[in-house]
Amino acid sequence: MQVAANIVVLVAIYALISCGYVLIYRVSRVLNLAHGELMMLAAYLLLALGTLFDGSPFIALIGAAVLSLAMGLVLYVVLMRRMTGELVISAVLVTIALGIFLRGAIVLIWTGRLYHPIDQLLWRNPPIALGAGAAISTVAMVTIVTAVATYAALFVFFQFTRWGVRMRAVGENPLLAAQRGIKLHATYALAWAMATFTGGCAGILLSLDSGLDTSMAVVSLKAFPAALVGGLDSLRGAIVGSLIVATAEVLSIQYVDPLVSDVIPFLVLIVMLMVRPWGFFGTKEEIDRE
Amino acid sequence: MPYASGYFKTNYGEDLVLLETRLQKASIAAAFAILLVYPMVASPFFLGLANQVFLAIVGAAALMLLTGYAGQISLGHAGLLATGALTTGVMFKEFGSPFWIALPSSAIVGAALGIIFGIPSLRLKGLYLAISTLALYFVVAFVGGEYETRRGLFSGVVISPPQIGGFQFDEGYKWYFALLAIDIVVMLFCINLVRSRTGRALIAIRDREIVAEAVGIPIRHYKLTAFVLTSAMTSVAGSLIAYYRGFVSMDAFSFTLTIEYVAMVIIGGLGSMLGVVLGALFVVTFPHLTEGIVRILPIPQSMANEVFAVNYAAFGLIMILFLVFEPLGLVGIWHRIRNYFLLWPFRRTRVGGGA
Repeated sequence: MQVAANIVVLVAIYALISCGYVLIYRVSRVLNLAHGELMMLAAYLLLALGTLFDGSPFIALIGAAVLSLAMGLVLYVVLMRRMTGELVISAVLVTIALGIFLRGAIVLIWTGRLYHPIDQLLWRNPPIALGAGAAISTVAMVTIVTAVATYAALFVFFQFTRWGVRMRAVGENPLLAAQRGIKLHATYALAWAMATFTGGCAGILLSLDSGLDTSMAVVSLKAFPAALVGGLDSLRGAIVGSLIVATAEVLSIQYVDPLVSDVIPFLVLIVMLMVRPWGFFGTKEEIDRE
Repeated sequence: MPYASGYFKTNYGEDLVLLETRLQKASIAAAFAILLVYPMVASPFFLGLANQVFLAIVGAAALMLLTGYAGQISLGHAGLLATGALTTGVMFKEFGSPFWIALPSSAIVGAALGIIFGIPSLRLKGLYLAISTLALYFVVAFVGGEYETRRGLFSGVVISPPQIGGFQFDEGYKWYFALLAIDIVVMLFCINLVRSRTGRALIAIRDREIVAEAVGIPIRHYKLTAFVLTSAMTSVAGSLIAYYRGFVSMDAFSFTLTIEYVAMVIIGGLGSMLGVVLGALFVVTFPHLTEGIVRILPIPQSMANEVFAVNYAAFGLIMILFLVFEPLGLVGIWHRIRNYFLLWPFRRTRVGGGA
């Protein structure tokens, strides 16, 4: 039972991270390789706000979430907007450079040591018994709830709201969308903000549960196969991908060797690339003659 | 190249030569003279630095072919370098092979990995290669780590310096000339490759895939060729690094190394072989420069201890600035300066659309 509980928790984490990749890739075909660093930055911002608003942890938490949303907006307006219309490879290289920059800056400001933001906020993280001998921590429970809520909200957003439909339109054909009067930059900025927000939530929750240092970026790299296995431009796929990758990872920790677990997501990825590279729900992206 | 000197080509022979003008020949000759004199005047530290640059050039040239010319991103460059180093280490440790067997086998293993990881991702348009090379990195790092653990080689595999006849590469200046020769071969190979049919095909694919296919370029074939070539060359670079350092340890091939090589090609200038040299020079010497500056400036001790973080942040920032404002990198700046002086005193006159 504990294994099943672990799988569910890991699925929630991967799903929460990978939807950030999917959101940006879906609207602009850009792989955001700075996602892990942005996610980490949100967690460090929580740490900073926790010190600033000593004694009122909820303000710090909400502040960090809002800041991570603003981060995406600012990032797009200041930096990524310039790359719109350039070759996609340049935009991806910019995100790599951004990731390096952020990682260096984070180490400079906060050093590389391990923090426990949860102590800063004066919260505790007691385990919750689920019955049948399984237990998960409170924060893990919150993570699962957040992931479910996020995906429900995203589904409603894309299916029923004006901006969601616009975003889908831009993802499908930016030129036509622009000609129908959809503001491309606003849509892209919104996608970036949503991605950094969900990623920021994932980073914050992860740091509350298991502490915070620069190795968090590796977790986001492992969430990347999850996004790809499901299909890089499909949110449904991100859930399925997270399920597959997390299951494989937890089972390998349990039954094979904990050391293997770091490679398992990538082995899944390679198998997927060989069999069905555009993922389970992704748009088929073979070299075509548009 | 559009020069403002009224220099025109009149036959195909002139189109093929590498050095066109007397000035170019003179500057290349001067560069060689400096390179030959350098080891005699340089202190051991600077000699070592030059060797580091030479080693970096091999790997960076390989990445330049892939990123700068074929327009594909590799996030597994450290993995490929590790492949070469590890193959060399295993060949030396397990079979006691001399370097003239270990070096080619590194190339072969690298090429094989290139095929395995390249085939699935290069079938697609878009940047799937970036993802599968990332997977490659983690797989190689895992295999290497396992090998070291299983064999109990926790501090890495020690390799004795390569030997040709009775001649042993054990001192800085011997390495200097050997690496210089290797770099010249690598650069000539790459320069000639990118102006050949293959190179033109790669550039066409990079710039517009659909048009490239429409004019009859077999896209998958060329993309795969580029990646396999890059993998093999990078693997050789890794093998050379292993021999130069005298030991192989997976710790030396962290993800940071990938970033350094990506920084080299971006800062140097995408799509230029001169950029490889400038980028390698910049990235290798930059940390030493910042260290010196940090030591001179009255910077708080806590920051001085994090020199590597300063480098990291600075690399990131410089790369962003180059990508946004000068995508041609250091080479772009150099071309602008050169054109300014070529046209002097006539300013604001562009000939042939610029470099």
